Amino acid sequence: MKYMDEFRDPATAKKLVAEIHKLASTSLSQREPLQIMEFCGGHTHTLFKYGIESMLPDNIEMVHGPGCPVCVLPMARVDDCVAIAEQPGVIFTTFGDAMRVPGTRKSLLQAKADGCDVRMVYSPMDALAIARKNPEREVVFFALGFETTMPSTALTLLQAHREGLQNFSLFCNHITTPATMRAILTDPDLRLDGFLAPGHVSMVIGAHPYDFVTRDYHKPLVITGFEPLDILQALWMLVKQFAEGRCEVENQYARIVPEAGNVAGLKAIAEVYETREHSEFRGLGNIGDAGIQIREAYAAYDAEKKLGLPFDFAQGAVGYDPEHLKCADVLRGVMKPWECPAFAKTCNPQNPLGALMVSPEGSCAAYYAYGKLAKRKETV
Amino acid sequence: MCLGIPGQITELVDLEFLVAKVDIGGVKRDVIITCVVDDEHPAESCIGDWVLVHAGFAMSRLDEEEAARTLALLAELGDMQAEMEIMRQVGASA
Ligand code: SF4
Repeated sequence: MKYMDEFRDPATAKKLVAEIHKLASTSLSQREPLQIMEFCGGHTHTLFKYGIESMLPDNIEMVHGPGCPVCVLPMARVDDCVAIAEQPGVIFTTFGDAMRVPGTRKSLLQAKADGCDVRMVYSPMDALAIARKNPEREVVFFALGFETTMPSTALTLLQAHREGLQNFSLFCNHITTPATMRAILTDPDLRLDGFLAPGHVSMVIGAHPYDFVTRDYHKPLVITGFEPLDILQALWMLVKQFAEGRCEVENQYARIVPEAGNVAGLKAIAEVYETREHSEFRGLGNIGDAGIQIREAYAAYDAEKKLGLPFDFAQGAVGYDPEHLKCADVLRGVMKPWECPAFAKTCNPQNPLGALMVSPEGSCAAYYAYGKLAKRKETV
Repeated sequence: MCLGIPGQITELVDLEFLVAKVDIGGVKRDVIITCVVDDEHPAESCIGDWVLVHAGFAMSRLDEEEAARTLALLAELGDMQAEMEIMRQVGASA
């Protein structure tokens, strides 16, 4: 427990850790460790930074989930982004994280170096501002992310519509969290016992979209904040559910997450988006109803329709990520980053070969940053 | 992208489109407050409020203490510097 002193409230942290140990030794199987998935990359980051895994009893194992929107982006989508950026007259705008993700040909950063007008923005509203200033150019915003960023892109589109802007569109690659969770739950390679659910996604969607996890799959779930103490408390709540034989959706992050979610945000999402029949996600393959698209009523702001892009989302499953890169297995939690032959060798944060190494929220980047280069618990 | 940075609303910029100036770690920028405004919290009453800002949109309210703790966490995780840098680069008060 070498990092315990770094906690803002070490006494509470110690108490929670002791409680978890007590419950684990009296109520959990000593041979079959409990597998708990933290869905969100932000949680993975906190787990590593504070060495939380090493404080847990041996019969509790964390499985790092795919909850980093950049990490589940298939290479084919990056290729599509580059193809859009290469069209004459286009200004391609994106969040910084997406710039360095490799495609099969190149990353957006390389496309920029090769002369494409690719611009990093902090907000989709910045992209809208660029569109206002450049009426003769088509400004495309790469809309990606789970429900945390969906309201912002939807509201930006609605604003463009209100202003009657003709030169702004979204390349929509958003994903919904519950459908992604369902795909994980039905993956035959994964044995999971419970979830820590993402705090900020839940702030938008509320608690009820997770009801199916407990009802249909009988896995308890706790919505969790990002402080180390939040995570310890949520783990304690989850283990307590096992100990007491309960299976519920609980909300540890109630100070930010309202039961019903964010009403205005959900309204904007429902107005602008609908689910797609097929979408391909890195590591998870083709998941029905997880991806979303822009409704017909707003087709004028849909880059796919407007620019007549050379790909067909409906086909899904492009799946040509190189064989020797194990991103898909790491994403699904069936392989640890250090088991990938490229890890810390040809693939590192300076030269990422997969998205998991790009964003600090990706599990490969987290393992790398905190020196966990092989299976040694003391190196955590 | 998903963590969000706490900021304090300092003034209203556009009541019709619900744009407010928000001080995020000393950088002031326009933020859309649609998602935190409702009958209980009309826009006019928001000045001084702390909000969690994701990609230029206020997505949730938080109290001052929570805001301080979140800012400290982000600084420790090293996540904030990169976002702040982007915010500065793309014109903080655009
Ligand atoms: S080390 Fe690189 S190539 Fe291997 S799984 Fe991680 S991101 Fe993918």
